[in-house]
Amino acid sequence: MAAKTLTIDGTQISAENHITVLQAATEAGVKIPTLCHLEGVYDVGACRLCLVEVKGTAKLLPACTTRVYEGMEVATDSERLRKYRRMTLELLFAERNHVCAVCVSNGHCELQTLAYSLGMDHVRYDYCSPKWGVDATHRLFGMDHNRCILCTRCVRACWHIEGAGTKNVAGRGGKSMIITDLNEPWGNSETCTACGKCVSACPTGALSAKGSTVSEMQHDRSKLEFIVNAREKKQWSV
Amino acid sequence: MTLNDLHQTKEAEIAARKKIVLRCCQAAGCTSSDSKGVKERLEKAVAEAGLQNEVEVRGVGCMKLCCEGPLVQADPSDALYVKVTPDNAPAIVAALKGGRSTLAQADPHSPFFTLQQSIVLTNCGVIDPERIEAYIAADGYQALHEVLVEMTPKDVVDTIVKSGLRGRGGAGFPTGLKWGTVAKSPGVKKYIICNADEGDPGAFMDRSVLESDPHSILEGMAIAAYAVGADQGFIYVRAEYPLAISRLHNAIRQAKRVGLLGSGIFESPFNFTIDIRIGAGAFVCGEETALMASVEGKRGTPRPRPPFPAERGLWDCPTLINNVETFANIAPILRRGADWFAGIGTEKSKGTKVFALAGKIQNTGLIEVPMGTPLSTIVEHMGGGAPDGGRIKAVQTGGPSGGCIPRQHLDTPVDYESLTKLGSIMGSGGMIVMDETTRMVDVARFFMEFCMDESCGKCIPCRAGTVQMHHLLEKILARQATARDLAKLEELCDMVKNTSLCGLGQTAPNPVLSTLRFFRHEYEELLQPDPHGPRTPATPVPPLTAAN
Repeated sequence: MAAKTLTIDGTQISAENHITVLQAATEAGVKIPTLCHLEGVYDVGACRLCLVEVKGTAKLLPACTTRVYEGMEVATDSERLRKYRRMTLELLFAERNHVCAVCVSNGHCELQTLAYSLGMDHVRYDYCSPKWGVDATHRLFGMDHNRCILCTRCVRACWHIEGAGTKNVAGRGGKSMIITDLNEPWGNSETCTACGKCVSACPTGALSAKGSTVSEMQHDRSKLEFIVNAREKKQWSV
Repeated sequence: MTLNDLHQTKEAEIAARKKIVLRCCQAAGCTSSDSKGVKERLEKAVAEAGLQNEVEVRGVGCMKLCCEGPLVQADPSDALYVKVTPDNAPAIVAALKGGRSTLAQADPHSPFFTLQQSIVLTNCGVIDPERIEAYIAADGYQALHEVLVEMTPKDVVDTIVKSGLRGRGGAGFPTGLKWGTVAKSPGVKKYIICNADEGDPGAFMDRSVLESDPHSILEGMAIAAYAVGADQGFIYVRAEYPLAISRLHNAIRQAKRVGLLGSGIFESPFNFTIDIRIGAGAFVCGEETALMASVEGKRGTPRPRPPFPAERGLWDCPTLINNVETFANIAPILRRGADWFAGIGTEKSKGTKVFALAGKIQNTGLIEVPMGTPLSTIVEHMGGGAPDGGRIKAVQTGGPSGGCIPRQHLDTPVDYESLTKLGSIMGSGGMIVMDETTRMVDVARFFMEFCMDESCGKCIPCRAGTVQMHHLLEKILARQATARDLAKLEELCDMVKNTSLCGLGQTAPNPVLSTLRFFRHEYEELLQPDPHGPRTPATPVPPLTAAN
């Protein structure tokens, strides 16, 4: 069958074969919160914000990597899911140093926006306040690890859209960090093409263009979408 | 290699046997106490006594009673010498001629040995793991021959289904069902993986099998490959097991040399090769999708399932992943029949299970018992109870994914369902015994620290949640926590369990949840009064609206 019929939050919708629950929901106008999802790159199901309840499955499933099937019944917004999503955000805020007042992305930050929309008005966990460094060696861009949420969108944009393979993840657990090449200062990287796609992809103020100050950094996602649409859908309009 | 060659090798090996055999353990535990030196001195002492034609000194795999190593056992007199030093060698050889020895001995007829039932460990501590001839003499590779010559792949899968074997890696998924799924998955290229990334604290079953009987794994993998239609296998073994790696390398080389691996095995059209991949120290690489990423040369992080490896595994090809102990069960099942295997154990858990007994217990070591054996039989009768007259408080099974079973539930039969009912899991077979001196909050903190260190960092609940849970446990132990903190801990346990990406995160809260279930008072005793008064219920979160 070329198309599937499924129910999202009680509303029957039709969806193309093989698309994900997230795509189907977006098409139907149902908003599912996401953080590691980025249009144009493959999904990893890491942030767990898009977890949804699927009838007949005991486990919660990530909407971004779960494919639709005929007769699927999806619930995207329940008391339990809202609680988990809020806790996930609390954990993120407690993990590194997300201080909006001094952040370049204040007002244009996906993490901040999600916290507002999901009602995360305070963090009940003790802040870890780790001491992460800032890499300002690149002539155009800066990386502040204190604001990084390890969504790996920059890594995927670098490998998948630009094809440079400069950005990577090193370490494990809470000590994971985004690195450049084999953990060299960004400015010394010979593979970096200075395309800025990683900066466009970043949901927070971790990656920024040099010269921007508090609240000035706006990540321009339209360039990424333009390239991906041109390549994959052969659509050349902006 | 033909069946005839196999029989000839077996007969030659048996004919060359000497009347008396001194078995000397050469597995990792005993070699760390100089059992290599013991073996050399035994050989020298035998030569000096002029007994070369009557006595064989044989290096063997694990002899199970690890706490008393190095171990030497004499056949057929049955004397089992314990804590042997190289200087004891002449006395052991002298005792062979009938003299009474004053050396320390253990009773090979004690419950620790007599209550064991060996399927996986049949050759363990008996044959020389470094010689393929020794394995062939123990009927090795006969099952592979029978499979290749007389059975269709479907017959093999049906036999495994009928045997009721379930995966020994922890989750207990029916092995036959998994094989059937891989066999039916479309694809020209398929892979077999043996998961030997054993990493639970206190677990050493798989290491012992690899070191003591590596050919049984190769045979099991070859049979599996024939059943599902694969021609390439990988053994993913952790780098911390150098002896197991070297014995596997040796075994693969020997099997290739005699044509039991490679192309046209037993003159059939079946080809199969096995390569070793060495893990770099990440616990999470025991999770199947992370393991496959690691084999592919990528960063070892899990990915969401489905698709399951049976459908899309290594390089997107259908892949069968089984644990070491699962593969070790295969050849015996085909040799002796599915009905024989299904006759052992309980209704839903068939066969035997190998456990590594460790912790506060008299007899530390390796045991294999039928499924359904009560925990008390294992720890009290076989293990000899707690040392120094202590009392067993709890038994931890399943490592960092498992839970603690308290004393009052020690009569529980060991099978997949019973352990799950108690909030623990069968796991891969680590069994850590705790006595009255153990603080359960400490135990929970230890395992949470382990999970925190071993989280890969990909998903947020596991990466950041374990850090917060560990912090809360430290706070409780430091007597700085209140009832509010304990509630926060429980809430986090629930959230991390239900939202984490892979098994590591989903089971990381288990040690906390199970100790809370049975030893809640130990947590509460450490709590301080809450300066803010009793906790008020949280206000419900408003639903998403178009406005926000």
